[in-house]
Amino acid sequence: MPEPPVILAKGTGAATAAGHAGTASGGPGGAKVFAPWNDPDAKPLVEFRSVTKLFGEVAAVDDLSLKIYPREFFALLGPSGCGKTTLMRMLAGFESPTHGEIWLDGKELTGTPPNRRPVNMMFQAYALFPHLSVADNIAFGLRRDGLPKGEVAERVEQMLALVQLHGLATRRPHQLSGGQRQRVALARSLAKRPKMLLLDEPLGALDKKLREQTQFELVSIQERLGTTFLIVTHDQDEAMTVADRIAVMDQGRLVQVAPPAQIYEYPTSRYVADFLGDVNLIEGRVAAMAAENARLTWCEGRPDFTCPANPDLKPGDTAWFGIRPEKVAIDKDMPPDRPGQNAVEGTVWDIGYVGNLSTYHVKLDDGQMVRAQVANRVHLARREISWEDRVWLSWGKDDGVLLAR
Amino acid sequence: MRRFTWFNATSITLGFVFLYLPIILLVIYSFNDSRLVTVWGGFSGRWYGEALRNDAFLSAAWNTLQVALVTATVATVLGTLAAIVLVRGGRFLGRTLFGGMVYAPLVMPEVITGLSLLLLFVSLDVPRGLMTIMLAHITFAMCYASVVISARLVSFDRSLEEAALDLGCNQFSAFLRVTLPNILPSIIAAWLLSFTLSLDDLVIASFTSGPGATTLPMRIYSQVRLGVTPEINALSSMLVGLVTVGVIVASLISKRAETRRLAAERAAR
Amino acid sequence: MRGGGWGRRTLIAIPYAWLLVLFLAPFLIVLRISLSDFAISQPPYSPVLDLPACFGEADLPAAEGEAPDLLSCLGGWADQFWGLVEEWDFDNYIWLTQDNIYWLSYITSLEIAAVSTLLILLIGYPIAYGMARAPKAWQPTLLMLVILPFWTSFLIRVYAWISILKTEGLLNQFLQGIGLLDEPLVILGTNTAVYIGIVYSYLPFMVLPLYATLVKMDESLLEAAQDLGCTRFTAFWLVTIPLSIPGIVAGSMLVFIPAVGEFVVPDLLGGSETLMIGRTLWTEFFGNRDWPVASAVAIILLLVLVVPIVLFQRHQDRAQEAGR
Repeated sequence: MPEPPVILAKGTGAATAAGHAGTASGGPGGAKVFAPWNDPDAKPLVEFRSVTKLFGEVAAVDDLSLKIYPREFFALLGPSGCGKTTLMRMLAGFESPTHGEIWLDGKELTGTPPNRRPVNMMFQAYALFPHLSVADNIAFGLRRDGLPKGEVAERVEQMLALVQLHGLATRRPHQLSGGQRQRVALARSLAKRPKMLLLDEPLGALDKKLREQTQFELVSIQERLGTTFLIVTHDQDEAMTVADRIAVMDQGRLVQVAPPAQIYEYPTSRYVADFLGDVNLIEGRVAAMAAENARLTWCEGRPDFTCPANPDLKPGDTAWFGIRPEKVAIDKDMPPDRPGQNAVEGTVWDIGYVGNLSTYHVKLDDGQMVRAQVANRVHLARREISWEDRVWLSWGKDDGVLLAR
Repeated sequence: MRRFTWFNATSITLGFVFLYLPIILLVIYSFNDSRLVTVWGGFSGRWYGEALRNDAFLSAAWNTLQVALVTATVATVLGTLAAIVLVRGGRFLGRTLFGGMVYAPLVMPEVITGLSLLLLFVSLDVPRGLMTIMLAHITFAMCYASVVISARLVSFDRSLEEAALDLGCNQFSAFLRVTLPNILPSIIAAWLLSFTLSLDDLVIASFTSGPGATTLPMRIYSQVRLGVTPEINALSSMLVGLVTVGVIVASLISKRAETRRLAAERAAR
Repeated sequence: MRGGGWGRRTLIAIPYAWLLVLFLAPFLIVLRISLSDFAISQPPYSPVLDLPACFGEADLPAAEGEAPDLLSCLGGWADQFWGLVEEWDFDNYIWLTQDNIYWLSYITSLEIAAVSTLLILLIGYPIAYGMARAPKAWQPTLLMLVILPFWTSFLIRVYAWISILKTEGLLNQFLQGIGLLDEPLVILGTNTAVYIGIVYSYLPFMVLPLYATLVKMDESLLEAAQDLGCTRFTAFWLVTIPLSIPGIVAGSMLVFIPAVGEFVVPDLLGGSETLMIGRTLWTEFFGNRDWPVASAVAIILLLVLVVPIVLFQRHQDRAQEAGR
C-alpha cells in the first residue's frame, strides 16, 4: 500500500488574511499561519543569489535574489519577455546563469545537468511524448531512475488517481482532450516526487472555464502533496488564485514579492499597481508627511488629498496617488464631510457597462480622468447617473496608496 | 473556401498524363511479342523470361543491390548525424562550409561529382570497384538523407527533449528514447530515398567503377546506346513495377496509421 | 546539444570529415589536375599528390598574405611563383578557349537549361496550384503521384521516350494514324527531344517545392485581396505569385543547376549536334581520355554554376531558419 499523500494544515485563506493585514506572522486569533517568509529562521528550499543571465548584450535576468520556502506555492508573474521563464529554466537546468548562484536544498546547482536535479517541470505545451501511452509517459522518469517494475506500476496508479485519469492509461496523448493532457503532464512531472515542481504557463492552453476549475485543483493537489510549486504565468488572476506569494517581474528584476492580497492592496510601485488589476493614478506633489498620514497637492486651488504615509517621500517630492476604481464612491450630491475623507467633483465622460459592473469615467476639472466602479444593484433603466452629469467622487484616506515610483 | 476549378482539374490531369504516359507505354510494349519494339506483334511475356535468364543483367543487378543496401544504410546513419549537426549543432567553426557541403551535392551536376571522386580515388591509389561506387554513392545520398531528416527535426518540438532531460535522461538517451522514435518515419524515408538514388545512378557509378564492377544502370545504358530492345523494356518494367509497388505499399501503411490516428482523435473529443 | 562537450565535437566531426574528404578534397584535386601538363597527367596516371614538391615554401607567404611579409620576401617569392606557373601550366584552359566546341557546349547547355527551366515553371505551376487547391482528401494521393516518378529510375524514364520519339515511333504512328501527318516528324536526335526529355524528367523537382509553398498559403489572403478590389486574376498575380517566389526560386535552382550539366538526356535523346557540356566532358574523359582537359571543363562549369549554387544555398539556409 502506498503511503497516503501528506495532508498539510496550510490554509490559503489564512495566508490571505495575514497578507491583507500587512502584518508580520501571526494572524487573527493567534492561529499558526503559513508565512515562512516572515520567519527569519526559516530555511529556504531555493535561493537565487544575485543571478544574472545575459543573452548576448541583453540581460534576461538582472542581478536577481529570491528565496522560496518549502511547501510554498510561488508565482512568477510578469509580461512576456520579463525574464520569468528564463529564471525558471535556470532552476530546471536548461539555462545556466551568467553570474550568481542558485541553491537548492543546501546545494549549489551550477553545473548539475537537468537530469540530475531534484526538480521537475511541467512544460508549457505539456511536451507529452507522442509515441508513448499515458502510463508510459508517467512512468518515463521513474524508469530512468531504475525503479523496480512493481513500484513503477504502483506509482503510476497513484498518479493516475491523483489527477483522476483512471481508465485512460493506455491512451496515446493525441487521443486525449486538452484538459486530460494537462493532467497527464502534471502527473508525469509529479511522479518522481520532485522537491520542487516547476510549472511553465501550465493552463495557458485551456479555455477560461476549464482554467478556473483547474486552478483550484492545482491548489488542492499542492496542499495534499506538500510539494513546493513554482508557477510562471502572465495571467494575474491565475497568480492571485493559486499562489501563496507572487513575485512581479519587469525587465529581469523583481519589482515586488508579496502575498496576493498585499500585492493588490499595497503595491509599492505604479508598475505593480497597474499590472495587477485596474488603478487610478493621480500625480501630485507631497505637501506634508506625518507618521500616519500624508497630504498630496494634486491641483492648484483644490483641497489636498489625505492619504497614507510613505516613508520614502518627503514634502516637495513628486508622487502618485493610486486607488482601485472599486474603492471610489460616486454620488450626484456632495457627500457629507467626514474626517479623512477625500471628495472631488467632475463630469461623467463615459460609462462602461459589463453587466454586473459599471465603470464611470469621470473627468476632473483639471482634465485628469478617474474611474469609479460600481456593482449594478439596480436595473440599468433606473440608473441615476448619466453622461455629462456633474458628480462627486469620494474615498476614505486609507483606501489608496501613495507611490514614490 | 478553396475553389477547385475546371482549370485546376485540367492542369492536374494533363500534368499526370504527361508524367505517366511514357512509363505506361513502356510497360505495355514490354509485353509486345515482336522484336520490333514499336510494332505491336501480340501479347507475350517472353521478354521477361529472356531478361531474367540474362546472366549479365543478373550479375549487374546483384552488384547494384549490394551497393544500394550498403549505401542506404551508411548514408542514413551519416545523414542523421549531419541533420543533427545542422539543426541542433549551434554555432561552430566552419558551420557555413558544412551547410554548403550538405546542400551543394543536391544540385551538383553528376559529371562533376563523378569526375572529382574518380580523381580522388586515383590519386590516393584506391583500387576501383564496388567499394569506390559505394563511397561515392554514400557521399551524395547522405546529403539527401540529411535534408529529409533535418526537415523533420526542425519541426520536432524541442521541449519534448527537454522534458526527457528533466525526467532523468542524459543527452544521448533523450535522443534515443524520445527524438529517434519520433523522427523514425523520416529516417525510413531517408533510407528508401538513398536506396533508390543508389539504385538509379548511372553517371557517378560509371566514373567511379572499376573492372568487373558493372551496375544495372551501367549495363542498361550500354545496351540502350545500341538501340531499344524488348529485353530492356521488360527489365525496366520490372524495376518500375518493383518501385511502384514499394512506394504504394509504404504510403498505404502510413495512410492507415494516419486514418487510425485521426479516428482516435475524433473519439477523444 | 548544449555546451562544447567531447560528444558534440565527435558528432560534428564524423559527417564533417566525410564530406571534407569525399566532397571538398576531390574538387581541389580536379583543380590541381586541370592545371597540370597533358603528358604527365595522362593515364596511367602517376604523380598527383606531390603538392609539397611544387608548392613547397611558396605556400607560406601566400597563406599569410600580409603586406609587410610580402614585400620583404617578394624577391624570392615572386621567382618561386613564376616557377610554379611554369610547372602548373594553364595550357588546358587556353586549349578550351581555342576550340569552339567548348564555348558552344557551355552556351548551349546554359541556353537549354534556362529555356527548360522556364518551360518547366510554366507547366509545373498550374499543376502545383491545382494540387494545392484540390480537396484535402486527394492531396496525399496527388503528392504521391508526383513523387513516384522521382523514385523510378531517371535512366528508364528517359529511355521510355526513345520508342515514343523515334521516326517510326509511337508518336508518329499516332499522328499518322489519325491523319494529321503524312510524313513522320524527326524528333529523336534533335534539340526538341532534349527539351522534352529535360522537361519530363525534371518536372517533379519544380512541382514539389511549388506545391509546398502554395499549400501553406493562407486562403484568407486571397479573400482579403478580392475584398479590397482585386479580381481573381489580379489577386493571383499580386498575392499568390509573390508569395510563392521562395518555391519558384527553389524549384528553378533544383532544375537549372543539374540540367546545365545533364548527360543522360542529351546523350540518349539528342543528336550529334546537341553539344551539352556534360556530354562534352564525358567524351573528353571516356573517349579522348584527356583527364586534364576534362578537369578544366569541370572547373569552368563549376565557376559558371557558383552563383546559382550559392543562391540555392542561401535559400536553403533561410528555409531552415524559418522552420525553426
